[in-house]
Amino acid sequence: MKLPGSTFSRYTLAGLLGVTLTATAVLGAAHMDKKGLEDAIKARKSHMQLYAFNLGLLGGMAKGEIDYDASSAEGAAANLAALAAMDQGRYWPEGTEAGMMDTRALPEIWSKMEEFDTATDGLIQATMTLEEAAGTDLQSLQAGLGDVGKACGACHKPFRKPE
Amino acid sequence: MTVARVATGVALLAVVLLAGLALYWVLTRPQPLSAEVSAQAGTPVDAPLAAPGPAASDGKDVFNVAGCASCHTAPGAEAADAPVLAGGKRFATPFGTFVAPNISPDPDAGVGDWSDADLMNAVLRGISPEGSHYYPAFPYATYTHARPSDIRALIGYLRGLPADATPSQPHEISFPFNIRRNLGLWKRLFVSQDWVMTDPPTPEATRGRYLVEALGHCGECHTPRNILGGPDRDAWLRGGPNPSGKGTIPDITSAGLDWSQADIAGYLKTGFTPDYDTAGGEMVDVIQNLSKLPQADLDAIAAYLKAVPVGN
Repeated sequence: MKLPGSTFSRYTLAGLLGVTLTATAVLGAAHMDKKGLEDAIKARKSHMQLYAFNLGLLGGMAKGEIDYDASSAEGAAANLAALAAMDQGRYWPEGTEAGMMDTRALPEIWSKMEEFDTATDGLIQATMTLEEAAGTDLQSLQAGLGDVGKACGACHKPFRKPE
Repeated sequence: MTVARVATGVALLAVVLLAGLALYWVLTRPQPLSAEVSAQAGTPVDAPLAAPGPAASDGKDVFNVAGCASCHTAPGAEAADAPVLAGGKRFATPFGTFVAPNISPDPDAGVGDWSDADLMNAVLRGISPEGSHYYPAFPYATYTHARPSDIRALIGYLRGLPADATPSQPHEISFPFNIRRNLGLWKRLFVSQDWVMTDPPTPEATRGRYLVEALGHCGECHTPRNILGGPDRDAWLRGGPNPSGKGTIPDITSAGLDWSQADIAGYLKTGFTPDYDTAGGEMVDVIQNLSKLPQADLDAIAAYLKAVPVGN
């Protein structure tokens, strides 16, 4: 949708919209029913699938199973960076942890929220680096992908229940 | 005569008991490396913080495959190029809680004043410098297969890592498992000098066997254990309950894992599964170590895993 008016008003509008959304989210979390909790879990699982779909192309190139192509690599890496940067505040309402729902999210996500945020920031950094590296050449892609893998592990180790 | 009979009985019982004790003593005796092997290890090191020897780069590879840092760094320590092996990680098991000791080169808290022979006996035989048995939470049942020259290189590398003065904490093990002498029997039952895979199909798989069976100790978690904590070598790498924690450890033979060799090697490098899910739990640390290895070694581990017999 193309918004009318100057850049200033467009950003102001986006800002107002953001405030409204955040306020709704907080209210929503307070009164969330089972369906709401299930939706949050569904959303974060879908988000993970989008990572996997884009990683599939990059990993296939890194392993030599798919021919390296700079522009499609760059596109997939840009998707990963965009996904990592998305606000996920509403993905993690209280009550959506392993044992209570169909999820492997450990309660530590809520008891150690700061560490969880740090791990999330790690993925943002790693995917931004990968976005710059992926289009350069195969070696740069492999190195960048290794760091993204580490960032995934840095969150999955403390915060996801083993199978 | 009743008195004589009782006396004879008591005497017989005493003889049987003594014989039993003697047998126990012999069977549970620590068996250090031969003087030959440990003499090769060199003279005791005078300077506790001696610089790593010329083999240090190889020693680093050994260190990474053997995964020393995964257990011996402090809980929550950041991954580092020169890890601080201060110890302190706790491993809750059915036998009690083991606490990884400080193995940094600190002369008091760590192993800085141990001789090379002391360290070789610790790693290859599971025996302390005082001559008592270590618990097999320390995977010497694996390391016993390692080439002594590789362990010497490892020791050279360990001596060059940062020292840390944090004292080691005692294990929290109750009777009867707190009697270390009994571990001599455990070793007789469960430490084998034989390879599990007797006939690797290719040179690559042979290299993989060395990395997995002698250093990488994959089997310590991925092979199920019996009630005495001994590995069931007939179910080698077939997975089972997590020996120290929640959940199940997966079967990584081709019966339980249909990944290609490239998939396995790629996973060990990046942590990504073929579906681009990622490693979790303790495997995150393992991959952090293994990702530093040459690609050829990761391919070799994968070749070995593809060749592991899957039984009936």
